[in-house]
Amino acid sequence: MEVPILKQGGVLIATVQAALSDADLSQLRSGLVQQVVRWRSRGVIVDVTAMDVMDSFASRTLREIAHMIRLRGAETVIVGIQPEVAFAMVQLGLTLQGVATALDLEEGLTYLNQKFERMH
Amino acid sequence: MSDGEIQVAINSDQDIILARQKGRALATEIGFAQCDATLIATAISELARNIVSYARTGQITLKTVNGGNRQGLAIIASDRGPGILDVPQALRDGFSTSGSLGMGLPGVRRLMDEFEITSQPDQGTTVVIKKWKQ
Repeated sequence: MEVPILKQGGVLIATVQAALSDADLSQLRSGLVQQVVRWRSRGVIVDVTAMDVMDSFASRTLREIAHMIRLRGAETVIVGIQPEVAFAMVQLGLTLQGVATALDLEEGLTYLNQKFERMH
Repeated sequence: MSDGEIQVAINSDQDIILARQKGRALATEIGFAQCDATLIATAISELARNIVSYARTGQITLKTVNGGNRQGLAIIASDRGPGILDVPQALRDGFSTSGSLGMGLPGVRRLMDEFEITSQPDQGTTVVIKKWKQ
């Protein structure tokens, strides 16, 4: 299932709608990087509220997305990791180290806006 | 309640999702809390991914188990892939033969209550994991 990417000013918002296959995750990664370049976006939010499971592949792909986008000079925030998904991730040893996370879309936007203000 | 086994053939990354969704459904059906159901689904996802990555095809079997006065869920992941040359090494955190991540086996062991692995080079690998209801 493809993840829609919405453009909201300088921010791209990718909202995961259902469980993602490995192919979907890889497509999300390339799609986001392309769109960041195309729109010269400064921030990206990936909303994973609907993700049933965050396993090693999903976690690695999200880290790759965040790191690639940082190399473009933009910031990524992962929002909406469900509490039980977070619990399973920690047990599995997946920490999303070096990736910003926020409670939900609203807090993710607040985080990015604070980052942008500091840049001025 | 389903008494028999549920088998899911693992042939592609799409089947990983199917296997973990069936596992979560069965876990919920027999009364696991949502948090444990997520741990179970995550463990299935990792084992199914190992099948796709290392053996290409295999099978996930889900079944309810009874031990003494408790009920639980057993998951058997089996393949006829290349097998694991050094099982103790594969169970150490951070070990990987296919890139930047471990096989997830130490993590899977932490998610579950019981973990058994048998593997023979060139014969395949079978992992049996169990979670008991609290």
